[in-house]
Amino acid sequence: MSEPLLEVTDLVKHFPVKSSGFVRRTIGQVQAIDGISFSIEKGESLGLVGESGCGKSTTGRVLTKLYEPTSGSMKFDGVDLAPLSQKQMLPHRKDIQLIFQDPYSSLNPRHTVGSIVATPLRTRQVVPENKTMDRVKELLEVVGLNPEHYNRYPSDFSGGQRQRIGIARALALQPKLMIADEPVSALDVSIQAQVINLLQDLQREFGIAFLFIAHDLAIVRHFCPRIAVMYLGKIVEIGDRDTIYERPHHPYTQALLSAVPDVKQAEVGGRRDRIRLTGDVPSPINPPSGCRFRTRCWKAQDICAKEEPPLLQIGRGPSAGTGHQVACHFAEPNTSIIATPQSHSA
Amino acid sequence: MTDMHHPSSTPAFLEVDDLTVRFPTRDGVVQAVTGLSYKVELGKTLGIVGESGSGKSVSSLAVMGLHDLERTDITGSIKVEGQEVVGLSENRMRKLRGNAVSMIFQDPLTALHPFFTIGDQIVEGYKAHHSGVSKKTARAKAVEMLERVGIPQPNRRVDDYPHQFSGGMRQRAMIAMSLVNDPKLIIADEPTTALDVTVQAQILDLLQELQRDFGSAIVIITHDLGVVAEMADEVLVMYGGRCVEHGGGKEVLTHPEMPYTAGLLSSVPDLVGDPRERLHPIPGTPPSLLSPPRGCAFNPRCGYTHLVPGEMCTRELPPLESGGRGSAHLKRCHLTDSGTVLAEQLPVYAGTAMDPGEPAGPTAEPDPTPKENAGE
Repeated sequence: MSEPLLEVTDLVKHFPVKSSGFVRRTIGQVQAIDGISFSIEKGESLGLVGESGCGKSTTGRVLTKLYEPTSGSMKFDGVDLAPLSQKQMLPHRKDIQLIFQDPYSSLNPRHTVGSIVATPLRTRQVVPENKTMDRVKELLEVVGLNPEHYNRYPSDFSGGQRQRIGIARALALQPKLMIADEPVSALDVSIQAQVINLLQDLQREFGIAFLFIAHDLAIVRHFCPRIAVMYLGKIVEIGDRDTIYERPHHPYTQALLSAVPDVKQAEVGGRRDRIRLTGDVPSPINPPSGCRFRTRCWKAQDICAKEEPPLLQIGRGPSAGTGHQVACHFAEPNTSIIATPQSHSA
Repeated sequence: MTDMHHPSSTPAFLEVDDLTVRFPTRDGVVQAVTGLSYKVELGKTLGIVGESGSGKSVSSLAVMGLHDLERTDITGSIKVEGQEVVGLSENRMRKLRGNAVSMIFQDPLTALHPFFTIGDQIVEGYKAHHSGVSKKTARAKAVEMLERVGIPQPNRRVDDYPHQFSGGMRQRAMIAMSLVNDPKLIIADEPTTALDVTVQAQILDLLQELQRDFGSAIVIITHDLGVVAEMADEVLVMYGGRCVEHGGGKEVLTHPEMPYTAGLLSSVPDLVGDPRERLHPIPGTPPSLLSPPRGCAFNPRCGYTHLVPGEMCTRELPPLESGGRGSAHLKRCHLTDSGTVLAEQLPVYAGTAMDPGEPAGPTAEPDPTPKENAGE
């Protein structure tokens, strides 16, 4: 099998915490990402899920070198991007593009849609100047906007349409990898599906690989055949969609899935019995020793505080390389998380 | 307004009747809410579902009397415990607000004041409605409330400032604040939208526990159909400032009779079923409340208008009336047997309406880019 498009190994990103005062000494580290490894094949989508502060967005930003990684490697198309300077990074940038969450703040309100989408084309000079507008119109058409509206401003468009403009801009340089950071969470429910379908069409048509970062588990399941679950800067479980959703092994994955409110529950009314996590996610400045989830885990024992569980392969399938990995001392499958609706006697 | 814990003798704690809220602006009159009516009984939960701009928040702000009356035209009637709220003086309103009726807002960080401690903010409402409360009693009350909403070490955390709380804890603090006077009606406007799912589950649990213990009426406003399905006894779907469907929670979510509700249901992906199946979005965008479409507000996005004779959908506003499923289930749709039609066509709904090759019904689209419609 050929090399994956992106291979991330032991990626770490720590942000220093400085003391206040004249001499700003480093007094701690926010361990936003702490040694994560994963790979994405050409044209594949990997979903990255987790709660706020788990490091999923930081991962996207490190991959585009908006943040410098603290250590680790990220091999993209055979080249390790981690040690590259911003200048050396330049030729690779066009291959990795970002789609942002908030379509209201990610577009310059004073630029026309045409100039927003044309900017990457112009800076890269991928098309001659006299062809630029033709290409812009083409791109607008691809994302389902009226190409004649290239001279309008972002404020003339609705949220869903603005997100399309952002997608057209990301598409302009024909990237190999798109990093979509919560691409639909700011949109209305009826609009989300439009944008998801558009992204799927683009992926199919242009063979773009996706790192799809989201907190909505149903949308991630719909978009990504493979999914990684993050907690406090670590990947705790990674595997294919069916495994993660039907046979989750990590307690956190199980709790996360069981917390999703389910519209099907309406059939019986009331709420599902679910795994109830107590408390909040601990601070990434001072994460718990050993397993980071142990403070909220109902399975935690002494070993969990002493030893950090490594991300280990579960089972030995024919495709062992891309198989199912879990980081838990007491990993065991739970197949009844996403079950049929439950009647409830309150 | 003293002890009235007789749900049976008070048929409806909150009665909203023909509520209309309009905002005159330079660009015209925003018709935020038009002719909205509903009732909520003690101990029951009403879920109001809608997208941004559907009027769901505006209607509940009116119940709380939180609109600037100089810039807002409110007509109709809102009765809390039989007392008319519309046109009530600010002084009388203050007696009600935070006392019998309280509100939980979406974003706990902006709803809490950064300069005051959590404890001070929780008891502010208590002091306002109980004269001559000593500092000591007030503090004890704040600690009690924090404990009730499950904040660990309430004795210590009561002196913290909002920034020292995590998102979930802030939302708990806000719930504590709204519960300090044992309200009989809680209006929760997107109470969990800003929270992570595991924390959302905790907050929803908490709301239900409190309802069980105190028998309050809850109005929960959300765009998340899953939350509604698990929380609400009754569901009211809003679109373009109007109620378009109203009935029992199970009834509406399993047998929708309005194409918009059905469209919402089929546009969200599920945790079960074939993930490779394509989503069925509702084409187009929600209507502008400055100039809502003629006839049914949903008609530019509806895939069923061709089934209604005489172009009624674009000409006349359908009344809110019972469809084929009894008098408790109301819908605003011209299509007779819409429930049956939707049930039969739900899977194909998008397939026919949203195929790029086929235009989706009439192209009366006030939007600047009608291309968005055909795009899907």
